[in-house]
Amino acid sequence: MSALVQWFNERAPGMGAAYKKHMTEYYAPKNFNFMYYFGSLALLVLVNQIVTGIFLTMFYTPSAAGAFDSVQYIMRDVNWGWLVRYMHETGASMFFIVIYLHMFRGLMYGSYKKPRELVWLLGMLIFLALMAEAFMGYVLPWGNMSFWGAKVIITLFSAVPVIGPHLVEWIMGTLSVPGDPTLNRFFALHVVALPMVLLLLVVLHLGALHEVGSNNPDGVDIKHGPKGNRWNPDAPADGIPFHPYYTLKDLVGVGVFLIICAIIIFFAPAVGGFFLEPDNLVKANPLVTPASIKPVWYFSPFYAILRAIPSKGIGVLALGGSIVALFLVPWLDRGKVKSIRFRGRSYKIALTLFVIVFLLLGSIGADVMPIWLGLVYGSNAEAIVSTNLLIARTLTVLYFAFFVFLWAYTFFGLERTKPVPERVTTHD
Amino acid sequence: MADENINKGRRRFLTASTAVIGGAGLIITAIPFVETWLPSARAQAAGAPVLADVSKVEPGQRLRVGWNKQPVDIVNRTPDQLKWLDSLDSRLRDPDSKEPQQPKYCQNKYRAIRAEWLVFIDICTHLGCVPDYYGEVKPEPFDPKWKGGYYCPCHHSRYDISARVFQGVPAPLNMVVMPYHWVDDTHVLVGVDPPKGSPQLKGALTGSLKGVAA
Repeated sequence: MSALVQWFNERAPGMGAAYKKHMTEYYAPKNFNFMYYFGSLALLVLVNQIVTGIFLTMFYTPSAAGAFDSVQYIMRDVNWGWLVRYMHETGASMFFIVIYLHMFRGLMYGSYKKPRELVWLLGMLIFLALMAEAFMGYVLPWGNMSFWGAKVIITLFSAVPVIGPHLVEWIMGTLSVPGDPTLNRFFALHVVALPMVLLLLVVLHLGALHEVGSNNPDGVDIKHGPKGNRWNPDAPADGIPFHPYYTLKDLVGVGVFLIICAIIIFFAPAVGGFFLEPDNLVKANPLVTPASIKPVWYFSPFYAILRAIPSKGIGVLALGGSIVALFLVPWLDRGKVKSIRFRGRSYKIALTLFVIVFLLLGSIGADVMPIWLGLVYGSNAEAIVSTNLLIARTLTVLYFAFFVFLWAYTFFGLERTKPVPERVTTHD
Repeated sequence: MADENINKGRRRFLTASTAVIGGAGLIITAIPFVETWLPSARAQAAGAPVLADVSKVEPGQRLRVGWNKQPVDIVNRTPDQLKWLDSLDSRLRDPDSKEPQQPKYCQNKYRAIRAEWLVFIDICTHLGCVPDYYGEVKPEPFDPKWKGGYYCPCHHSRYDISARVFQGVPAPLNMVVMPYHWVDDTHVLVGVDPPKGSPQLKGALTGSLKGVAA
């Protein structure tokens, strides 16, 4: 055995070193809490999407005439096809749940702050690529919501000055409505190009993270704390090897996570029309628009911002701005204290409000808010529509207000922080 | 290979020129790949003209035909619908159709060749949904002063009976009137301009086309 290892190490000396650097000798803070499950869970879901996606590709037909039927073929005729597709579809939604919690963790503990700005930026690029991947994947079954979703999202690009209409034609590949050319290029991007981009970005994200080391719930840098632990006299005293300590801890999270996924896949794969929309069980029809066009739940907060604004150009700008703002967080937040545990009270309130605003925007983008308003206004459709719009606009302003607040609060030194401890609070 | 023998200027020139020419080659090679995404010859052929027979469309009714894979509505407007057109000007974004959303011969308040007949692409200029026809002149939940027109179910954009967009809705432009002309009183050819010199190029004609049809 050792001879074999030696044979390898002589020919590929980097492999053992890389394993050590990223696993057994990557010292992560010992005080990780519940919120630190979601990074590894995101990786797990990515693997699930790739494996189930490969198998779906074996049975799917990428053509406007055949796509819808081939999905039904997968669901009804292919052995275990329903399971593979439900795993892929549930995986898509779970991906966003995990990623949103992962991003929230970053906001909560200041994981985007120096020296981890690049980790945050690469993470945001992953989020962007994931949104493109999810959107194109949603188009592939070529149901009526796939079709109209594609049309609406591609038409967003017509808001670009001067070249807008040409850009739309270029993306769509047709002169009028999405068709075979659109479906085929989305298939290629969804199955080949974007997964490669995602994998590359994940490698860079982890590489950047392992260069600077993980943040933790206390937001103190263990590299600046005392040195020396059981494994290495030069390593941070408050660090433990990622493997086996966190690999095993994460396995517990994986177990719980997979139980939740299994419940969804086997008992409620549509999740009440949120993961799988009934309107998409109708074949694409360019002459009939669904009564209400809305994206899958994970895009609904951003979609609500788009719809809240009466001007197309500004609406698209606001939609883009709502994502760009997240990219800028490391530079908007000038505060030196990372973790919410030691930050000013106003920041805690602002972040809580931001989460509530994000969720409520989601309820508007998913057309849930009008149902709630119906409980108040009864059948007064006009009042429901106008109140819904008013709430949407208020929430849109509040969404952006969070970023303005974050900057002003820290730039003008208004934040009153608590003293940050020298090392993580749970050391022995 | 002593250092003083190196011509650094020549080395810089070679590096830069290789980079520039290589970069230019890369860009030129990228063009065919980018252009594969443009509508193909087959996609362009989908825009072939469509002949519609409107002899059975009663006043107030409309006929929908597919052209270029888009829904084209042909509306037989009643005098009751048409008489409100002027009164709506102050509530519309572009009452005089100044934006190039129609051929020259349809740049009138009817946005049509014949006053009674509206022929247009029923696609919302906001995000491309298909607005529904609410032809009756009566108060609607979305507009108590409704005078007939089109209402988009997606984001509540409203258009009058000439497919002109109202103010205060997400849609920025009037809906598109594509090229078309009348072959005779009951047949409209969607997708082709009136022939040169045809009286139809004046637009806003009333009554029968006998003698003016192309």
